[in-house]
Amino acid sequence: MKACVHPREEPGTDPADLPGGTAHGRGAGRAGDAEAGGDTGPHRARARLRRPRPFGLRTRMVFAFLLVAAVSCGTTAALTYRAARSAILEQTQNTAVSAFREQVDALALDLPLDETILREMLLNIARQGKPRPWRVYAEYGALRVSSTDRPASSVLTPELKARAHAREGVPHTSFQRVVKGGTPYLTMAVPAVFRTHHEQGTAQPSGLVVYAVMELREDEANIEALVTAARDGALPALAIALIPALLAARGVLRPVRELRRAAQSMGRGRLDTRIHAKGSDELSELARTFNESAAELERSVAELRRAEARARRFASDVSHELRTPLAGMLAVTEVLDEDAGALDSDTARAVRLISAETVKLAVLVEDLMEISRFDARAAELHTDEVDVADCVRKTLISRRWTDPEQVHAALGEGIRARLDPRRFDVVVANLVGNALRHGRPLVTVRAYEDEDGALVVQVSDRGPGIPPEVLPHVFERFYKADPARTRSTGSGLGLAITLENVRLHGGTVRAANHPAGGAVFTVRIPL
Amino acid sequence: MPRVLLIEDDPSVREGVELGLRRRGHEVRTAATGETGLAALGEFRPDLLLLDLMLPGMNGVQVCRRVRETSQLPIIMLTARGDDFDVVIGLEAGADDYIVKPARTEVIEARIRAVLRRIEEPGGGRPAVEHHGDLAVDRAGLTVAKGGERLALAPSELKLLLHLTAAPEQVFSRQQLLEHVWEHNYHGDARLVDACVRRLRAKIEDTPGDPRYIQTLRGFGYRFGPL
Repeated sequence: MKACVHPREEPGTDPADLPGGTAHGRGAGRAGDAEAGGDTGPHRARARLRRPRPFGLRTRMVFAFLLVAAVSCGTTAALTYRAARSAILEQTQNTAVSAFREQVDALALDLPLDETILREMLLNIARQGKPRPWRVYAEYGALRVSSTDRPASSVLTPELKARAHAREGVPHTSFQRVVKGGTPYLTMAVPAVFRTHHEQGTAQPSGLVVYAVMELREDEANIEALVTAARDGALPALAIALIPALLAARGVLRPVRELRRAAQSMGRGRLDTRIHAKGSDELSELARTFNESAAELERSVAELRRAEARARRFASDVSHELRTPLAGMLAVTEVLDEDAGALDSDTARAVRLISAETVKLAVLVEDLMEISRFDARAAELHTDEVDVADCVRKTLISRRWTDPEQVHAALGEGIRARLDPRRFDVVVANLVGNALRHGRPLVTVRAYEDEDGALVVQVSDRGPGIPPEVLPHVFERFYKADPARTRSTGSGLGLAITLENVRLHGGTVRAANHPAGGAVFTVRIPL
Repeated sequence: MPRVLLIEDDPSVREGVELGLRRRGHEVRTAATGETGLAALGEFRPDLLLLDLMLPGMNGVQVCRRVRETSQLPIIMLTARGDDFDVVIGLEAGADDYIVKPARTEVIEARIRAVLRRIEEPGGGRPAVEHHGDLAVDRAGLTVAKGGERLALAPSELKLLLHLTAAPEQVFSRQQLLEHVWEHNYHGDARLVDACVRRLRAKIEDTPGDPRYIQTLRGFGYRFGPL
């Protein structure tokens, strides 16, 4: 299976092409929590991607392969060794034992024996050693004779001798393998019997026991060679086992890694991420399933975005369409106001109502347009370096909020900030206007630079404060704290626009209640 | 009372603004397209042009450029907020100010008056003609000449130059200039100032890229000189 991540390149499906199509969500109107700024998730995820894992899938697979190879090599070698060893030794042993027995049986015993005859006989047997040369020893009473220059062998164990003597009358061969001085020996003992001619089958012990000692060094060398061969075969087998182990691990790990990367890419909002899925194994199936799910997700997200974009465009279009007739109407409201006095009272009231509502409608439509621009991310920031205290003072003066019993300004002098003066004016005016409408004087406006070097503008009032259940919603559009109040004095968009304007400056705005009473709105903009 | 030519394609806006301004004593001529508006210019001889940016056929920016080729007639653009791109192009094309629609007649009239208002004379005792480098500024005759050659300055350009030269080497913030030259409020659109400075530099500076007369002080604003 071959796998590789590639964001499909199709014109028009790039999320950036769609309004509001960036990766982080908008979370419109979360009161008291208007944090602006990107998330750091993807960076952490990327750092995690390449961390070596001591007990990862690859290590475990390689270990498993090696273990299986080692166990099978070892078992095979051990079984082969055992079977071969016993086959070799047994064959040697059987040949030797039967040859020796034959030789001893063929002896023409002429009792009693003297040393010379016995030695002659032993030398004769010694010459017939099969399959290897042997040395022959004989015990006859106290007589010890051998085919070599030493009459007795230290290789012959008392145990063997005891076995040979145990049933002297019965023709049998005892044998034993002995290792002495690092050399393996096969030792055999045959008690010589003679048979009476008239009583067939009964054997009489002759008192002579013949021993043979055969070196097994050559056989051991053969077995040794077997062990070496087994080892020499097993080690390369283990080394070779590493290759399929690594290949298998790679075969599994690569698609897994690609899947992981693709999943992360999806998580970062690249919904057009796909995996090349070839082959028909389980991992390719998984990759195909991933692709299908991704396509499905992309389709539904695109559908949602289209719907959202349609809704936004509709709001924007409606405001645009309303604006043109309003421009005409608004231009003539003064004509209505001036002439209303000359009309009869009902007509005059109607005319004044139309005039007043036209002005409000114009404000509402302007605010809607502004919100549409924020939603379409078309709002532009035209910054200029301004004196903050001057800026706030001008806002208060231009709104005629100059009565010191209504609005008190405590402004830190000499703070210069890069702001969009128009938008900053809207922020301050909306907060102060809101405090005057919903709170009670004295409304205090503070501006200072905090210890983190951010500009803080705080607007507080001495009213009843914001009910806790309303607090999370104050920045929502058209949010009505009291459902009985069908229409607020403002457009209902003031605080939502405030929030967006602050965000556009990269800042935050929070709503809270002061412990001593009254609502406190705090704007924080990094300088 | 000033004579105003209004070029606006939407009938209700055209009629509403015309009605409102006429009530306040202005003599108003209206045109529905740029072409008819330009044709009416020579015959009506307005004191001010109120120009919608979005026009069918020849658009507002093109009309603005065409007017500036031959005259320094005060021009105020009518725009919708959000048509930010057009505003900048309109200002670059030589418009003196702009009004965001919908606007009350009161606001429109205030802007008209502001654009038409002559800059206040800063007390007597000054010579009628001031010389700054190659520039000769005649405060009484409201003309500016460079190297003896008279410059064609739009009203906003002239007012800006007069304001700056009245206090050479003094730094004015964009907000201050907006308040004093354009009579906007402090929080107005500083791009008006920047566009006007660019146009002015193109006319009075030897090398507009390296200005000598109107200097920028980063983070503070503009000043005239020092030469």
